[in-house]
Amino acid sequence: MSTTIAQMNILETQPQTASDLPEWFVALQQQAWQEFLNAPMPSRKDEVWRFGNLKQLDFDGFSDEKNTEIKYSIPTLPEGVICLPFAEALKQHGDLVKEHFMKAEARLGSAKFAALHKARVKSGLFVYVPDGVRVEKPIEVSHVIAGNKEAIFPHTLIITGKNSEVSVLDRFSSANEDDAGLCIAFNDLIAGDGSKLTYCAVQELNLNSRMIQVNATTVGRDAHAVAFTLNTGSQWARNESLSLLNAEGAHSDMLSCSIPAGTQQYDQRTYQHHAAPHTNSDLLYKNTLFGTSKTVFSGLILVDEGAHYTDAYQTCRNLMMEDTTEANSMPGLEINADQVKCSHGSTAASISDEEIFYLQARGIGPQQARRLIAKGFSVEAVERMRNERLEEVVIEAIDRKFSSIR
Amino acid sequence: MSYDTTIDTIDQETQEAIDIDRTKGDFSYPEKHKYDAGVGLSEDTINYISDVKNDPDWVRAFRLKAYETFLSKPMPTNWATEDLNNIHFDKIRYYLADGQKPMRNWEDVPPEVLETFERLGVPEQERAFLAGVEAQYDSETAYSSVKEELEKDGVIFVNSTEGLKEHEEVFRPWFGKVIPTGDNKFSALNSAVFSGGSFIYIPKGLKVKHPLQAYFRINSENFGQFERTLIIADEGAEVMYMEGCTAPKFESTTLHSAVVELVAMKGAKIQYVTVQNWSSNVFNLVTKRGIAHEDAEVRWIDCNIGSRLTMKYPGVVMKGERARGEVISIALANSGQHQDTGAKMIHAANNTTSNVVSKSISVGEGRATYRGQVLIPKHLKGCKNNTECDALMINATSKTDTYPAITVRGNQHVTQHEASVSQVSQEMLFYMQQRGISEAAAMSLAVNGFINDLVSEFPMEYSVELKRLIELEMEGSVG
Repeated sequence: MSTTIAQMNILETQPQTASDLPEWFVALQQQAWQEFLNAPMPSRKDEVWRFGNLKQLDFDGFSDEKNTEIKYSIPTLPEGVICLPFAEALKQHGDLVKEHFMKAEARLGSAKFAALHKARVKSGLFVYVPDGVRVEKPIEVSHVIAGNKEAIFPHTLIITGKNSEVSVLDRFSSANEDDAGLCIAFNDLIAGDGSKLTYCAVQELNLNSRMIQVNATTVGRDAHAVAFTLNTGSQWARNESLSLLNAEGAHSDMLSCSIPAGTQQYDQRTYQHHAAPHTNSDLLYKNTLFGTSKTVFSGLILVDEGAHYTDAYQTCRNLMMEDTTEANSMPGLEINADQVKCSHGSTAASISDEEIFYLQARGIGPQQARRLIAKGFSVEAVERMRNERLEEVVIEAIDRKFSSIR
Repeated sequence: MSYDTTIDTIDQETQEAIDIDRTKGDFSYPEKHKYDAGVGLSEDTINYISDVKNDPDWVRAFRLKAYETFLSKPMPTNWATEDLNNIHFDKIRYYLADGQKPMRNWEDVPPEVLETFERLGVPEQERAFLAGVEAQYDSETAYSSVKEELEKDGVIFVNSTEGLKEHEEVFRPWFGKVIPTGDNKFSALNSAVFSGGSFIYIPKGLKVKHPLQAYFRINSENFGQFERTLIIADEGAEVMYMEGCTAPKFESTTLHSAVVELVAMKGAKIQYVTVQNWSSNVFNLVTKRGIAHEDAEVRWIDCNIGSRLTMKYPGVVMKGERARGEVISIALANSGQHQDTGAKMIHAANNTTSNVVSKSISVGEGRATYRGQVLIPKHLKGCKNNTECDALMINATSKTDTYPAITVRGNQHVTQHEASVSQVSQEMLFYMQQRGISEAAAMSLAVNGFINDLVSEFPMEYSVELKRLIELEMEGSVG
């Protein structure tokens, strides 16, 4: 490679797949690069970008030359479990990766950036849990962006066999407070029949950084998938979460907590796709807004023809902590089947004076009372993970955020 | 079983009456139009309409400008149904009329037009409970009359042509102000070729006790009806306006694209009731919006039963403090129908409240969609919005969607949105069948129960009609 770091640009320089990776992957990355170049930029007219901030999509001048530091904290694993850095998995278990890597169409608006991710991905995590095996403690991964105008494209691919269980924590942070970073992350969660798969992402990038996170969950027969995202960092974050329930008895929990402050903006798009009868999905997104922050929530429940006896719920709640905040909600339903129980709800409100008064009457100052109520509001979604360690990590991050506000 | 047979015989007795009613709107008379703008749309079409109507210059200029806007606007298929592409603007006839001024007496109305409205029961209703009636036949108003005492009080109730010519000083300041020409492609189209519709002015403090009614009738094939309604209620005035509409079932599709603007001045109250029962080949693409000033109230009570595709999202801009906006909506989508309805609530002053209650029923392969927007901008205080939309699906092939969009800025407001989708439970049907009610009748009862609290919002005469219409549409959907 003759280009220097200064000239390298993630939008212009064709990525070079490492020569020791399988051929199919080299071809896939080249093809993805062409897809990226050909795909149109999202425009104002796109319904999936309604209320969105397209200005944030200017990623010019970013490079991905450095090898970002990824810290793996892996508990003692039972026999048969594969847990490897993504590139290593490509070399050792190429067939398994090939079968599941980015099979879901990025239909929530970031197709172009999904292609960019596909073309440039070189790091991340691969987990495979064989049939009947339980991994007790979470596998923890930490991605740290270092260097100004540095972009990372981490990929997390988790596959659970029949009746197995695993939980994974992905943390995203910046090496310092100032460097503008970019993270375009993608996670594929494939929950095999009867398995339980829990995924938790904690995003604490610095305020000059941006994040696009795409989640694609596929839930098998009688399987249970939980995908949780916490947003407290970055100047702008876009989360796209897609859950496909394609076998009877599949259950998907889609959870999120976001606490934007200052001028932070979070843009969240979700898709609950019920493709088989007797499936169940439950979405709970909680936003606590400070300063002049802004959130966009757009959710859709799609019940395919024939997916009878579906139970699908979708709730987005916005807690407006200040008068200068803005919340946009677009909770949507598309029902094409019979015997379906579906509901969605969206609210936006502030903490009532009565609640503050109640706590003040018990000797708690107004500032602390507000924080307490706001925390309780967020914790409702966190607790739904039902995983002690993950809840602990998320609540610590929530506390860190609250203590940074005023 | 004996129970079932008794009920069947009773049903049969009423069947005949019902059957006549079902096809009530499905008849047409031969066309004898003196004025016909021909097929397709061009500047010539618009000039022709302006010539025939003897438009003032400002109206002609308004139309031509709107035509340009219409051409420049894309079809909204990026979010709306692809079915819109089946509208062929070059195959529609945009103006068909006899060129007569509206008659004040039914005796003066041409016989076949009179017969049409008599079959639809319009003169009868006028005698029974209405304060004024306007009846539109294709492009122009055939009959328009308002009770004498109201006229004495200064109520104006005429068609849009008379409104813009004879009451320009009241009409022009608000015309096209609530819904600008460029609001959407179809409001632009309406602005270019509008004809007919009502202009109503209610003077200060006058509360009109009985409703005013307009009836819109399409008689000709391949026709587009583009009425334009403007209602102004001055300070403290109150009025209820009702519109009904039918068309015969032709082989080809028909387009109905109205623009309705309401202006409620300080403390005024306008209620606008629609019972839409177009035949199942009509594209019904209507833009409706009201402005509510201080302490004023605008209510849209909207019922959509007919048409092939309806896209209608009545809106209220709450411009003055404590203004109130409300949309009550019932939609019934049967096979071959798509009811894409909703509401738009724009809060533009402090302490404004809005309420949206929408109930839809999908039968057979019908598709019902709720699409809504609520906007509470910056620097406002004490705004409240409540949105509820419930959908009932009758058959396994029925479809329903909900697409609300809610924007709230600031923390001194309360908004809540709720939607649910459900079926009529087997237990409920079983319970009723056990008591000797046939399955179909039980289903009909359940559906009427689902919408009952909304039906009661309609004036008495309409709510009875409505319940019957819904029963008819539900017929044969079970078993």
